[in-house]
Amino acid sequence: MPHSGPVIEVNGLAKHFKTVTAVDGVSFAIPGGQITGLLGGNGAGKTTTISMLLGLLVPSAGQIRVFGEDMLRHRYRVLPRVNFSSPYVDLPHRLTVRENLMVFAGLYSLRRPGERIAELAGALELTELLSRKTGSLSSGQKTRVALAKALLNRPELLLLDEPTASLDPDTADWVRTYLERYARETHASILLASHNMAEVERLCADVLMMKTGKIVDRGAPTALIARYGRRTLEDVFLDIARDRRSNEAAP
Amino acid sequence: MSSGFALGDSLRRVGAILLRHGYLARSSWIRVFDLMYWPLLQMIIWGFINTFLASQSSWVLRAGGLFIGAVLLWDLLVRGQFGMTLSLLEEMWSRNFANLFVAPLRPAEYAVALMALSIIRSLIGVVPAALLAIPLFAYSIFEMGLPLVAFYAVLAMTGWAVGLLMCAMLIRFGLAAESFAWASIFLLAPICGVYYPVATLPGWLQAVAWTLPPTHVFEGMRALVMDGTFRGDLMVSAIAINLLYLGGSLAVFLFGFRRARERGQLLQTGE
Repeated sequence: MPHSGPVIEVNGLAKHFKTVTAVDGVSFAIPGGQITGLLGGNGAGKTTTISMLLGLLVPSAGQIRVFGEDMLRHRYRVLPRVNFSSPYVDLPHRLTVRENLMVFAGLYSLRRPGERIAELAGALELTELLSRKTGSLSSGQKTRVALAKALLNRPELLLLDEPTASLDPDTADWVRTYLERYARETHASILLASHNMAEVERLCADVLMMKTGKIVDRGAPTALIARYGRRTLEDVFLDIARDRRSNEAAP
Repeated sequence: MSSGFALGDSLRRVGAILLRHGYLARSSWIRVFDLMYWPLLQMIIWGFINTFLASQSSWVLRAGGLFIGAVLLWDLLVRGQFGMTLSLLEEMWSRNFANLFVAPLRPAEYAVALMALSIIRSLIGVVPAALLAIPLFAYSIFEMGLPLVAFYAVLAMTGWAVGLLMCAMLIRFGLAAESFAWASIFLLAPICGVYYPVATLPGWLQAVAWTLPPTHVFEGMRALVMDGTFRGDLMVSAIAINLLYLGGSLAVFLFGFRRARERGQLLQTGE
């Protein structure tokens, strides 16, 4: 079902775990067809926010609309159009790559799973690996398999939690190039949580900066760099992490 | 791709979970052997006990392979429950849980898949032991005929009810609850009269025993073996109690799932 408004709309979203506030009343909207970064240090609330967007985690307060649907009430209308990948979630190691993809093709009710798997295997250079046990693959190969799983249902919204964590620079670059191409060719929206500044700077048209559960700034990477009077997004990140505004930042 | 609920898609998702465990079994013969190991061992031990007691007691002699039948039925119950919890644990051990539930897999569909896996695993576990009892001890549980189907249906339902409770606990408390998930079903063994009539228990415990559907099965089996009578009344009451427990367990499972979503335990299924 086409949706003309923002792909994601979040209002007053909060998550409390007993005495800890992981996400503290954040509000934002993400337009369709672009890669948006969710940037923040460890414990900033990125993974918690993504979990709530996926419905894996129920918010303590606030509303989430994805494709205009209330995620708390109509999660199962949204999930067939969304997918997710994270280095903190594995695919079963004893299953071959093809078997894992077949299982997830079934979960997403794909009608011709063999064709789609062959297509993705070609695009992600997995054809030679389809018969290998997933547990026997290198980190880079596993990341590509996880990406294939995340693209099985041709998601209109892809949520990626640190997609290049623990990858060597060559593999990380390959993944970033693939994501850029996927977004460009399919007009899919990607929300990318990362604390890799170079990655966010390269891929994202818009960046949400998170700190201690709040969105503390937002803008295009170049706009943020200019606003803080810095040369890189990493410098901006450090200013925010250390509570320095642009006029008081260290040279 | 459908965005609403469709039965065909729902069945595909249940089928995908079955396929996942089928692939796993195909890739790991030790897992399949593990399903059969304890039922085989139990059948052999109780087969010899039965043989010995038959030589000492005319009651046991008249009962034929009573203890072998009891242990095979008991294992159908135990393997049924294990079949559910083991299937869930496999997802937790492989850190695959979040992947499943960011797909459009509904908790109720997952519960249905677990129930189907419970049947498959219990039959893979117990049927070889039942077949081996024929040449080893000249005892065939299949001679019970159609009542065996009724006994199995009752035990499978109880296995589902206990299995769903244990799955809810595992989802809610993570792998910290693993030991209890294995041990819980054995709490029923002394109460539901697997190897002795319920009348053996003290009066107050008999009242408890009759609230457990397996009690009806084991009493029914003794009636069939000793008197040649099929107690349909026992089966009807057992199924009625089972439906009550199953409804309660499903509600607890869905509640446990909801609580896990509130606490973030679908993403972190460790300890």
